[in-house]
Amino acid sequence: MALDNADILKIAKLARLQVNADQVDDYANSISSILDLVDAMQKVNTEGVEPLANPLDTHQRLRTDAVTADNKRDAFLAIAPKSEAGLFLVPKVIE
Amino acid sequence: MSYTTITQLSQGLKDGTFSSRELTQDAIADIKSRDHLYNSFITISEDLALAQADAADQRIAAGQAAPMTGVPIAHKDLFCTQDVRTTAASKILENFIPPYESTVSQLFLNAGAVTVGKTNLDEFAMGSSNENSYFGSVKNPWDTKAVPGGSSGGSAAAVAAGMVAGATGTDTGGSIRQPAAFCNLTGIKPTYGRVSRFGIVAYASSLDQAGPMTHTAADAAMMMNVMAQFDPQDSTSMQVDTPDYTASLNDSLAGLKIGLPKEFFEAGLDPQVAAATLAAIKQYEAMGAQIIDISLPNLQLCIPAYYVIAPSEASSNLSRYDGVRYGYRCDEPKDLMDMYCRSRAEGFGEEVKRRIMVGTYALSEGFYDAYYLKAQRIRRMIKNDFVKAFTQVDVIMGPVTPSPAFDLGSKTSDPVAMYLEDIYTLSINMAGIPALSTPAGFVNGRPVGLHIMGNYFSEAKLLNVAHQLQQVTDWHLQQPQSL
Repeated sequence: MALDNADILKIAKLARLQVNADQVDDYANSISSILDLVDAMQKVNTEGVEPLANPLDTHQRLRTDAVTADNKRDAFLAIAPKSEAGLFLVPKVIE
Repeated sequence: MSYTTITQLSQGLKDGTFSSRELTQDAIADIKSRDHLYNSFITISEDLALAQADAADQRIAAGQAAPMTGVPIAHKDLFCTQDVRTTAASKILENFIPPYESTVSQLFLNAGAVTVGKTNLDEFAMGSSNENSYFGSVKNPWDTKAVPGGSSGGSAAAVAAGMVAGATGTDTGGSIRQPAAFCNLTGIKPTYGRVSRFGIVAYASSLDQAGPMTHTAADAAMMMNVMAQFDPQDSTSMQVDTPDYTASLNDSLAGLKIGLPKEFFEAGLDPQVAAATLAAIKQYEAMGAQIIDISLPNLQLCIPAYYVIAPSEASSNLSRYDGVRYGYRCDEPKDLMDMYCRSRAEGFGEEVKRRIMVGTYALSEGFYDAYYLKAQRIRRMIKNDFVKAFTQVDVIMGPVTPSPAFDLGSKTSDPVAMYLEDIYTLSINMAGIPALSTPAGFVNGRPVGLHIMGNYFSEAKLLNVAHQLQQVTDWHLQQPQSL
């Protein structure tokens, strides 16, 4: 599966990764070679085989909807790149 | 303190031969003087370690010691440790100080073990050589021109060099077993759900599992006794009984049925590794075990299926690194989109970005069925092969890796060549079964591991089987000439 430069830019945008013009060829080559490796799957007949998400075939355990953790707001805000008045700060979203 | 085992340290602490403070001071001095050769540590937590050591000494004096109390260990820098920097070997988490403790590291704290520091790894555990670290490559103590394996390469090197007697690792596709094999250690990946993933920086959540890396199976059993426990905080943690892993180490192996899958010995395997592996397996015949040829017909498919499932789950897991709540944020973002894209592009290394992009592609609209769902169907075929095999045999054995440790830099330019290194280890994580690597000799001075795989929740049997080999061989006692 060969990806072209437009594919790479689209994937990069979906993945929220800035890719500079001089890196696009490298990504196209390396990701295409990984997809070539992965394409060996397509020859396999998997008809009637159920997908396996959890290797033990079990479902995730549910817990009762109860408060289980302390409020650690200050501890979490303390490690944020930018915070103010109990809030995470990000660049202006609405002009 | 080169090549001291946890068993010996535990006994010495109990007998009063040395204190935990002495051991901890020695270990830290040793790391400071020698680790520049290996680069196995990212962070040394000296003050905290000494405080833990003093607490351990008091606990020992009070007669309340547990087997690991006072023993210095290290954690792969993927386990969140409260108030101690946890980087995942990534620039994006370079200054991340977790406000909480992972379950595994908490269990070691409860047991009174001393954590001297956090070990190097491939960034976000993505790699097979420990060359993908923001903090530099790790070097193999057996030959510093060779890779230690990855992703738990720092833990492997730290133990192999004798700086700590045991360390934690994580294994998503071989990241405990492959470095254990390359560094002459015992390393076990438990059954999926056996050890809590809570507080471990996530790579691929349906594959990730933590385990110990030690010199001996007996030491691994001691660490498993601390780590393996049901955890309500991990929704995939299994509510099953946890045995005393040290209790069955000496069980007889008479009548043990060992399966030898022909697919583990086909083209691509270094003939000298094959010979060493078969010679190790031969030892079991004298113990009364029976060797049976078996087949795992879908083994080859583990590589393509893994390199869809793992990157897909990684792209989802790593979406949390957005520069908003913690971790790296780029300078002067011009808007929100620019902040996301540049923080991530500047914060992640190349292999991590590649895997995120492969996963994003595989999960994108129109491709989901052909990639992720297809890979999950193949995953069941791989699991079914093992389930069938374990109706015939008790354990399966084979090589851990196709060749011994390769040279630093020899595979870095070709990601696909690096991925092929994982051929024997990936299927284990796909099936979710436990497996370990135990020392099985040397090829040109570089260690070879024997891969022992078992049915779900059979860790005690695997440790028993490895321990019995270690009673009749001395490969695990060898140490690098440089020490």
